[in-house]
Amino acid sequence: MKKFHPVYLFLLIPYAAWAWVPFYNRVEPSLFGIPFFYWWQIFGIFVTAASILPVYLYQERRK
Amino acid sequence: MSATVIVFLALIVLVTFIGLFGSRWRAGDLSQLAEWGLGGRSFGTLITWFLLGGDLYTAYTFIAVPALMFGAGAAGFFAVPYAALMYPVLFMAFPRLWSVAHKHGYITAADFVRGRFGHRGLALAIAVTGLVAVLPYMALQLVGMQVVIAALGLDWNVALPVLGTVSVPLILSFIALAAFTYTSGLRGTALIAVVKDLLVYITVLAAIIIIPTELGGYGKIFAAVPAKQVLLAPTPAGSLGAGFAYVTLAVGSLLALFLYPHSVTGLLSSSSRQVIRRNAMVLPAYSVALAFIALLGYMALASGVKGMPQYAQGFKSFGNNFAVPALFLHAFPGWFAGLAFAAIAIGALMPASIMAIACGNLFTRNIFKEFIAPDCTPETEAKMAKLVAFAAKLGALFFVLELQTTYAIQLQLLGGIWICQTVPAVLLALYVRLDPRALLAGWAVGVGLGTWMVAELGFKSSTYPLHILGETIPCYAAVSALVANLLVSWLLTLVLRGSAMVRDETAAEDYA
Repeated sequence: MKKFHPVYLFLLIPYAAWAWVPFYNRVEPSLFGIPFFYWWQIFGIFVTAASILPVYLYQERRK
Repeated sequence: MSATVIVFLALIVLVTFIGLFGSRWRAGDLSQLAEWGLGGRSFGTLITWFLLGGDLYTAYTFIAVPALMFGAGAAGFFAVPYAALMYPVLFMAFPRLWSVAHKHGYITAADFVRGRFGHRGLALAIAVTGLVAVLPYMALQLVGMQVVIAALGLDWNVALPVLGTVSVPLILSFIALAAFTYTSGLRGTALIAVVKDLLVYITVLAAIIIIPTELGGYGKIFAAVPAKQVLLAPTPAGSLGAGFAYVTLAVGSLLALFLYPHSVTGLLSSSSRQVIRRNAMVLPAYSVALAFIALLGYMALASGVKGMPQYAQGFKSFGNNFAVPALFLHAFPGWFAGLAFAAIAIGALMPASIMAIACGNLFTRNIFKEFIAPDCTPETEAKMAKLVAFAAKLGALFFVLELQTTYAIQLQLLGGIWICQTVPAVLLALYVRLDPRALLAGWAVGVGLGTWMVAELGFKSSTYPLHILGETIPCYAAVSALVANLLVSWLLTLVLRGSAMVRDETAAEDYA
């Protein structure tokens, strides 16, 4: 078994962003008239892509 | 002929030609299955990005997701966490599948299962699950075509023996699809994907700029949504509520997505595991587009297209699936609506082509070669796959023409649940090897339980409320069935441990 490196914890961030529905199931604060429920989740897509990057870079460097 | 129809037809003819001549692009020996059915495993990061984007975000998604928002509100937005949270899984697990498939020449998920477990029954179960799940999905792509054809007003029908009245444009697009799939295989499809995705991005960009301006801003758009539907329903006491259903829908769908045969075909056609890892970071661009496409459902509500007499017939024939086409006709200039419809129509043909190729690969490799003609030559193998791909498309066409669309939708709902039951034998098997007999039993329990839950709900919904310790848990049936599946697989593996196991042809280093 390879040793676990904490950089992999980044991959849990997106799941945490969506796990607790009552946190984002709300209208305020809205952004450009878009309720929080919607813009939070669109923002979450960017978070997801960004959270993969450090793991990718780590794996590249280890080669 | 209106500008809408002219632009639409011009783009369709263009992609048909691109598709037909795609076989010359990086030409390979198309009499070999991996050349025809995986594009020779040659696609780099950019082409794979287009190909997978076109493959995973289909026309049906573009029609059905906003239709769901249009009808049900916030609950339909689960497509967004689904389309985002699948990428860490893609990044971690699927390069392993690519590596092991490359090492051993696997072209389907069932090939991998056959090699990993040496159990023909389990491999057959995985292959059949894939075939049964992907067929109604293909049929729904043709439904997407039908909606677009109706929106364009191309009601040119002929009466045929046996089939009855059929739409000529639908038959023509079917012929185009069949022709380029047969001659070019995955290469033609990949080239079409580039055109399709560019059209989709242009349409989405225009839609999120032009339509909100016309309607007076996003505030006005959300004001048109019924107050109860802007958010998920509040959680009642003694229940985990709509929020739990929302999350399980996203999780169940994302686990299933990459196990669909057409996804596996798309992933394995890439030229290296590196390509898949990079794509996990750039594919979310499509998810952003999808989120705005979902919001088109609200824009359709705000624009009031449902009450307009000129769209009444469309809504009558296709229900809420007509919301987005009606919105485009209402909000865009004629020629641009034609471009948007071409994006949807090509977005139907292109994934349908990959799905057909995936059916060809699956049937030939895991049923024909495994059980019927073990000594067939590579040429026979490739020929067989092409024929099966054609038959699959014919089946999908027949499905759409002769059976009610409702059946295709219900079967697709079930298909997602069934595919999810292949998680322990395919996705999990990339890391741990349970006993194949236990996996087969778990698969049977999962498929049976999932089907039963959806049948209990009258095939109308896939969120089955479980009652545990006085608490109501509304959970996507694929997820609760998968939990049962995993429990059975794991417990039986413990029971069967020590009894003779067949050889695993893969080694730990094959996955790295």
